Amino acid sequence: MFVYIARRIVYVIPIVVSVALVCFLLVHITPGDPLVAILPADASQELAAQLRIAYGFDRPLPVQFGLWLWRALHGDLGNSIATGRPVLAEVLRAVGNTVTLAIAAASIGFTLGLFFGLIAGYFRDTWVDKVATSIAIAGVSVPHYWLGMVLVIIFSVQLNWLPAVGAGPGGSGSWGWDWEHIKYLVLPAITTSVIPMGIITRTVRALTGDILSQDFVEALRAKGLRETKVFRHVIKNAAPTALAVMGLQLGYMLGGSILIETVFSWPGSGLLLNSAIFQRDLPLLQGTILVLALFFVFLNLLVDIAQAAIDPRIKRS
Amino acid sequence: MTAMTDTALQAAPAHAARGYWATVGRRIVRDKVSMACALILLLILLGALFAPWIGLADPYQGSMIRRLRHIGTPNYPLGTDELGRDMLARLIYGGRLSLLIGILPVILAFVIGTSLGLVAGYVGGKINTGIMRTVDIFYAFPSVLLAIAISGALGAGIVNSIVSLTIVFVPQITRVAESVTTGVRNADFVEAARASGADAFTIMRVHMLGNVLGTIFVYATGLISVSMILAAGLSFLGLGTKPPEPEWGLMLNTLRTAIYVNPWVAALPGAMIFAVSICFNLLSDGMRSAMDIRN
Repeated sequence: MFVYIARRIVYVIPIVVSVALVCFLLVHITPGDPLVAILPADASQELAAQLRIAYGFDRPLPVQFGLWLWRALHGDLGNSIATGRPVLAEVLRAVGNTVTLAIAAASIGFTLGLFFGLIAGYFRDTWVDKVATSIAIAGVSVPHYWLGMVLVIIFSVQLNWLPAVGAGPGGSGSWGWDWEHIKYLVLPAITTSVIPMGIITRTVRALTGDILSQDFVEALRAKGLRETKVFRHVIKNAAPTALAVMGLQLGYMLGGSILIETVFSWPGSGLLLNSAIFQRDLPLLQGTILVLALFFVFLNLLVDIAQAAIDPRIKRS
Repeated sequence: MTAMTDTALQAAPAHAARGYWATVGRRIVRDKVSMACALILLLILLGALFAPWIGLADPYQGSMIRRLRHIGTPNYPLGTDELGRDMLARLIYGGRLSLLIGILPVILAFVIGTSLGLVAGYVGGKINTGIMRTVDIFYAFPSVLLAIAISGALGAGIVNSIVSLTIVFVPQITRVAESVTTGVRNADFVEAARASGADAFTIMRVHMLGNVLGTIFVYATGLISVSMILAAGLSFLGLGTKPPEPEWGLMLNTLRTAIYVNPWVAALPGAMIFAVSICFNLLSDGMRSAMDIRN
C-alpha cells in the first residue's frame, strides 16, 4: 500500500508542474501586453518600462515561469490588482464558501444519486427504473444556471420562502450552520446537486446491472442467500467505482461553481473568478485557477488512494 | 418493405460490412424516443436556418412601450423581452448562434481529437506518450474551469468561446480515440494490411478509421449536450456572444433582472437550451444502445 501511495504521489508531481505552467501561460495568451491590466490608463512610457522590469516581464519566458513558480511554492501568488490584497488570502477565504456549498450539494446529490442508481439497476426495465433514469437524464441535461433561476422564480419571487441571493447575515465572512445562514444555502445547493445526482444515478445503475449479471451473483443466490445479503455484495462491488465518480464530481463542484455562484451571488471562488475576469485582475484570475486546479488534482489523488484502500485489485494493476 | 430489405441483405454477403450500419440505422428509426428527439432538434435547426423567411418579427426591433409583455399577448405569443423585442422571433433566431457555438466546438474537437488519438494509438511509443501526457494535463482541470480560464484570458467573443470549448473537448475525444485505436491496432485485418505492404497512413485511413469512428462519434454526440450548456453558460457570464445578438445564454443573462416583473418570459431561453441538451443526450443514448449489438 505504501509503495502504491508513494508511486501515485510521484506521478502527481509532473502534473502539478504542468498545471502551474498552464496557469502561468494563461496571462500570456491574453491579447495585448500583460502590463495593460496593471498600468493606470494615463501611464507614461517611463512608468511602463519601470513596471516591466519590476514585474520581470522583460526576462525570457522560462525564467519568468521559474521565478513565478518559486514564489508560488512559497505561497506568494502576487497581489490582486483590484484590492491590492494578497491573492492567496483572497482565494482561500472564497474557497471556504465554495467548500460549504459543495459539501451541502454533495450530501444531497450523492444520496439521491446512489439511491436512484441502486433501485434503477436492481429493478431494471421496470417503471421504477424508467422514473429514475428519466430524473437522471434531466439532471445531466439541465443548464444548471437556468435551473437556479427557475428555483429563484418559484421559491423566492412567487412563494417568498427563501432568499434569492447572498450568503446570509454578516456577508461572506461569517458563515454559521444555523437557519439564518442555511436558508441562503438551500437553493444554490439544490441547483449544484442535480448534475452529480444524474451522473451518479447513471453510473451506479450501469454498475449494478453489470454486477447482477455476473456469475457470482447466480452462485450466491443458488447458495440460498437472501436477496438483502445479495444486495450487500452488489454494493461492495460497486463501491470503488462509485467512490471514484463521487470524488470526481466533488472536484467538479469545487472547480466549476462559477455559474451557480454568479446566479446566486454566492461569495465563493467562482464569484471571485467572475470578478477577476471582468475587472481584468490577471494575478487574481491566475491564482484562483491555480488553487482550484490543484484542489482538483489532490482530490483525484485522494480518491485513487482511497479506491486502492478498499479494492485490493487496483493496487496489483 | 422491411422484410424485403432483410432478405436482400442476407442474400448479399458482399455487403456484410454495410449490414451492420443498416441494422443500427433500423434500430434507431424504431426507437420512438430517439426519433422524437431527432424531430425536435430538426425543427429547431430548420427554424434557425429559415428564420428570416417564416414571417417572424424583427428580432432586433425593440420598443420602449411594449417591454416585458406576458406570454400569450396578442401578436407576441411568447411575450417580449426587456427591450420590447419579440421573444418568439428571438428564440427561433437564437438557435443560429446557440447551435453554432454549442455544436461547432464538438465537431472541431472530433476532427482534431480523432486524428491525435488515431496517431497516438497506432504509432504508439514516444509519440503516444507525448500526446497522452499532454492530454493528462488538461484532465487536471474541471472542464467548466478550463473553459472559463481560457475564455477569461482570451476575452469575450464568439470565436474565443468556440476556441476555448474546442480545447476543452479535444483531450476527452483524444482519450477515447486512443483507447479504441489501441484496441484494434493488433487485430488480424490490420496485421494483414501491414503484411501486404500498406503504409501507416493508408492503414489508419482505410482500415482503422472505419472501425473506430462509430464509437468516437457516439461519444462526441454525447458531448454536444455538455457543450451546449457550457457555450450558453459562457454567454450567460458575458464571455461569449455580445448584445444585441439573439443567443439563448445571453438572453437568459439580460433577462435575469426581469424575473421580478415577468418571470416566465425570463426563463424561456433556458428552456430552449434544456430542450436541445436533453434531446442530444437521449439521441446519443439511443445511438449507443443501437450500436451495442450484444442486445
